[in-house]
Amino acid sequence: MNQPELRKISADTPFSLKTFFLKWEWFLLLIFIGINVMNSLISPYYLSVNGLFTATNSFLEKAFIALSMVFVLIIGEIDISVASIVALSSVVMAESYNKLGLPMGLALVVCLLVGSLCGFLNGLILTRFRELAPMIVTLGTQILYRGIALIILGDQASGGFTSIKWYSNFYWGKIGPVPYMFIAFAVLAVIMGFILHKTTFGKRLYAIGSNRVAAKYAGIRVERSRLVVYTLSGLFSAITAIFLVARMGSTRPNVAIGYELDVISMCVLGGILTDGGKGNFVGAVISIFTIGLLRYGLGLINVQSQLMMVIIGALLIIAVMAPHLKPKRRLKSD
Amino acid sequence: MKKLISILLILSLFGAAVACDGGTTSTTAAPTEAPSATEAPAEETEAPVEETEAPAEETEAEEEPEAEGGVEGKTFALLVKSAGNPYNEKEAEGFTKAVEEFGGEVIVRQPEKATAEDQITMIGELVAQRVDAIAVAGNDFDALQPALTQAMDAGIKVLSLDSAVNPESRAVHVNQAGTELIGQALVDAVFDLTGGEGQFAILSATSQASNQNAWIASMNAILEDEQYADIEMVEVAYGDDEYQKSVDQTQALLKNYPDLKVICAPTTVGMMAAGKVLKDEGSAVKLTGLGLPSEMAEYIGEGDEFPCPYMYLWNPIDIGYLAGYTAAALVDGTITGAVDDTFTAGDLGEYTIVEAGDEGTEVILGPPFRFDPSNIEEWKEVY
Repeated sequence: MNQPELRKISADTPFSLKTFFLKWEWFLLLIFIGINVMNSLISPYYLSVNGLFTATNSFLEKAFIALSMVFVLIIGEIDISVASIVALSSVVMAESYNKLGLPMGLALVVCLLVGSLCGFLNGLILTRFRELAPMIVTLGTQILYRGIALIILGDQASGGFTSIKWYSNFYWGKIGPVPYMFIAFAVLAVIMGFILHKTTFGKRLYAIGSNRVAAKYAGIRVERSRLVVYTLSGLFSAITAIFLVARMGSTRPNVAIGYELDVISMCVLGGILTDGGKGNFVGAVISIFTIGLLRYGLGLINVQSQLMMVIIGALLIIAVMAPHLKPKRRLKSD
Repeated sequence: MKKLISILLILSLFGAAVACDGGTTSTTAAPTEAPSATEAPAEETEAPVEETEAPAEETEAEEEPEAEGGVEGKTFALLVKSAGNPYNEKEAEGFTKAVEEFGGEVIVRQPEKATAEDQITMIGELVAQRVDAIAVAGNDFDALQPALTQAMDAGIKVLSLDSAVNPESRAVHVNQAGTELIGQALVDAVFDLTGGEGQFAILSATSQASNQNAWIASMNAILEDEQYADIEMVEVAYGDDEYQKSVDQTQALLKNYPDLKVICAPTTVGMMAAGKVLKDEGSAVKLTGLGLPSEMAEYIGEGDEFPCPYMYLWNPIDIGYLAGYTAAALVDGTITGAVDDTFTAGDLGEYTIVEAGDEGTEVILGPPFRFDPSNIEEWKEVY
């Protein structure tokens, strides 16, 4: 047998300064810096360590979901049930503490379990019935989960958590000026970033997102990976629920409404392609801070929320437009 | 080239943001100036006209009884329930009027959605701006506590108006009318419109709105009385102060209770929605409750084509106005929010702080006012 000459095959494109600096993340960093400069110019209160950390807290809470949403988007899918998972897991947690009398620590575990279970259920449906679109299935469970929360609690609130100091500190507590939640977010972001970019599991997700059929023939257990990703999405929604309840000291079935769109916006602005297979974790994290601090800065000068929605909407459209503009140019130059 | 376009787009966005900054921060002190971009422009048309002469007399009159100099140039923030609510806009108008009368600086914030989450974020932003007082119409009785406590720890005076927050998170509450007075007025209206017997339903706002819940609780207590034994409250429906949802809830009520005689909506959004449904369907069900005259005028009248014979409300402009002066009295130390503290609220005269039903303290604006076909034409022009 003729042995063909061995060639090294690598998916990595050769390093080039030009492509490195043309990356979306740099552009995003530019926007981020621009927004900070703008904010510090328009409000004398912007550059205050305490103020900034208070501000980051208010958007980092939902940003936990963004960490797992990146994974979902990378495999080319979407999960719009996350906000309902937040509501359901927070309600179950609150009721298992208030009604069932579980100790708070155990209630937190219950919260994480309920969230993961919801995510697992999404994944189970989607992997058993592969022809179903994730958008439709999670739309269904979005209504389902919030419905269950409403059945459990009706139109009431379940509260009394402000008196549990250690739990309240999850959101309000600080080491020096740095809130605990900020540290938790940083740690989880590093872990999730590491998993996505440095492990085989992460590389497989990119492969699935780029071409699911090819990934399957390459021996990747596609359905199992999808199941894991959806479960993660549920778990991170539950983490958000824990911090949300710590912030408000109570919960209702209608909390976190609209979080799914906020979170998907964060990811999209971060350059995570909704078609799957493309995007960088760093971009998503920069984008979380970009949107959050933009909102805070505009809030400091008391811009009305309606106008704020217009500004953020426009920013998003630019974000999805920009990457689509680049390939055309490249085709010409080739 | 394309990249250039997107960069230009972003720059223009910054430009827009900076431009609207110019609009908001220039409100300092000057009472004659239009109340800034923070208020809905359409509502301002009449108010500033009166204001232009009012402040002149006001500032002089005010100097004698109280040391109002202490609040001049201080910043007063009003945080309403949500954007796009005409009732909230009227409150904001009154608040702005009061603050400009005594020469303070005013900030009005309206969350996108009527949720506690959005309000907490905005409270954080107001604390960072080091305002001197925050008046809040709470979307949740308890959930704002951690955020408001933090504001108070930072030396900010906190009061609630219209919809209370719990006593631990406020110095005082500005109540539109005594809860019992409103409950009694609404029960009497229902009693009258049902003819003393039959079914009625309540169409409320959100299930967590503390003012709504207090009135409903008070109605329930009054209904215990033997006199009202023949009228039955069949359901409390929640329209969440959203027009479409309130329409859906009204239709559901009509369908589920064919013998329904009266719908009582203690919220203006609920009344508008119910009024529209009842009028369109030519239903014999009658409507009463608490609503804004300007929004409800087309549904109020005598005869079968008008669903609403009469309704009640207080003047939301006055609540905002009273809250403005209450905030000022807290900031300059005239009151601390304790029972029996007294202060003067501009044109409205003297007020005394009393004990509230929730073990906190409150200031009561006055009894509810009845709007019927005889006076609606006049009042719909006002608010």
